[in-house]
Amino acid sequence: MTQLILFNVFNGLIIGAFYALMALGLSLILNLSGVINFAHGGFLAIGGYLAFTLIPYVGFWGALALAPVLTAIIGILVERVLIRRLYGRDPLYSLLLTFGLAFIFEDGTRYIWGPQTLPFSVPDYLASPLSSDYFFLTGYRLFMVVLVAVAVTALFLLLTYTRLGARIRAGTLDLETVSVLGVNVRILRNLNFGLGIYLAGLAGVLAAGMLGLQPTIGSDLIMPSFVAIIIGGLGSLPGTLLGGLLIGVASGVVTVFYPSASEAVIYIMMGLVLLVRPRGLLGEEGRF
Amino acid sequence: MNAINKRVAADVLVWILLLTMPYWLNGLGGYTSLGSRVLVLALAAMSLNFLLGFTGVLSFGHAAYFGLGAYGAGMTIKYLVPSTLTGIAVGVIVGTTAAAIIGTLIVRLRGIYFAMVTIAFGQVFYYIAFRWNSVTGGDDGLSGWQRLPIDLGFTRIDILGNDKAFYYLVLVCFAIAVAIMAALLRSPFGRTLLAIRENERRARFLGIPVDRHIWFSWLISCVFVSLAGALYALLNNFADPHNLRWDQSGDFVIMAVLGGMRSFWGPLIGAAIFVVLQDYVSSQTDNWMSFIGLFFVLVVLFFPRGVLGLVRRSAPS
Repeated sequence: MTQLILFNVFNGLIIGAFYALMALGLSLILNLSGVINFAHGGFLAIGGYLAFTLIPYVGFWGALALAPVLTAIIGILVERVLIRRLYGRDPLYSLLLTFGLAFIFEDGTRYIWGPQTLPFSVPDYLASPLSSDYFFLTGYRLFMVVLVAVAVTALFLLLTYTRLGARIRAGTLDLETVSVLGVNVRILRNLNFGLGIYLAGLAGVLAAGMLGLQPTIGSDLIMPSFVAIIIGGLGSLPGTLLGGLLIGVASGVVTVFYPSASEAVIYIMMGLVLLVRPRGLLGEEGRF
Repeated sequence: MNAINKRVAADVLVWILLLTMPYWLNGLGGYTSLGSRVLVLALAAMSLNFLLGFTGVLSFGHAAYFGLGAYGAGMTIKYLVPSTLTGIAVGVIVGTTAAAIIGTLIVRLRGIYFAMVTIAFGQVFYYIAFRWNSVTGGDDGLSGWQRLPIDLGFTRIDILGNDKAFYYLVLVCFAIAVAIMAALLRSPFGRTLLAIRENERRARFLGIPVDRHIWFSWLISCVFVSLAGALYALLNNFADPHNLRWDQSGDFVIMAVLGGMRSFWGPLIGAAIFVVLQDYVSSQTDNWMSFIGLFFVLVVLFFPRGVLGLVRRSAPS
């Protein structure tokens, strides 16, 4: 029993790390541009599928490095051509646009790579269990946790210590002033969007290694990311991270006792948070 | 012709078209149940627009209450009482109750935050319908039941065998719902909603209890969306978990936007275009999702004001 709980907690932590990675990207875009990027799951799928295509040529590590970058480039182009036109308009329109894009991406991946689940092979030395007692502790899972931790740390370092990061943070608070101070806000938003999509692509490669690839992988993962943002508090990146981990662990624990409620529980948590603290756990008062 | 006459003329035209639809639709290559589908989804889109277009609150999760209406009606007829009207009533009650509870949680939120929370809450019911196999049929949907003839005492209306009879049942429900919404919008309450849409802060300073108004507007909108959901289940003799999902909510929003959010009849036009297009595209290609997605993108980029918005702008008033 202890082992089962431990297994599910650990599993939940991994899933939560995923949600967090995806939600951080969503959150970055939402905070700076006010766009709810429904197509985020689609970008995640593209990242995974690109990695799948690249592996025969550049190997697992090459794909892990390249696929998220390519996804980010696609994201930057999409922002440049489509989403940019909708800044400053009712958020309804960007929501609908990215919603349409999500459809196109899901159908497009199905069209190009087929509807069946594709096996996504990770190197053998990562796939084997580390200990016979704790069979679930495969190297790949541990590797994922480490990689997500590295990515998240890098993101926070970037935001804290680089000029770009400082501008993104400043723009989140008051974009107009940042613009008046001579920062090219268009490019800033563009790069920020790319950064968010990079995280989605990275999450896609990691997800593919764990869950296998199928066209609906993105739309299955995006809703929990929304919940992670809401629980953590809109506008707060640490909150998003916390929210992602929390719902991952919660659904892991609930899986032990009542498997069919493992999805519903995160929404119940969201309801509770909204009831007690409408701005989310680490959200600022009055920002939204 | 002055503006009021014009509006009356438009109303009369719409009702004549709707009343005679089963008689000319087949001639245009349609079929009666397609007409019923348009009407049901138009009701859903118009209900959403009560909130979206006339209160200025962006809900992206109306599919939840649509689906609850559908499951409420279907499960009542399947497990409890074999009566169509009871099914509809239960569907509406179930949807409305859920909306009242969730509305209380979210009424303080605004803008994109509100939209996100409505999306996320919508998914709860989807997962319940999806996972609770033994009762809801899970992914396969709730089948094994059908709508039943309505017994009025002096006569029986066979809505099952006769598509036209069912169409008129839907039209009666549609007319009642639309009349109530139109009356509400003309009342002081409706005017207050418009004031909140235009300038919430000013409305608040005028002493209007904004949150309470938004809650009522949300509830009214959800009442009629669950009615639409119940009718939709009866139309298909089937309740589908995908009716509860966020893609369905997106469909409602695009119908409202496509027709014109600022006009009362806009969503009806949007629903008609959307349903016919979807029916056609999905019969032509397997990749209909891409076409619908492309359609979303094009509408947002080129028709953000909708068909009626376009007409209104080009006509000198």
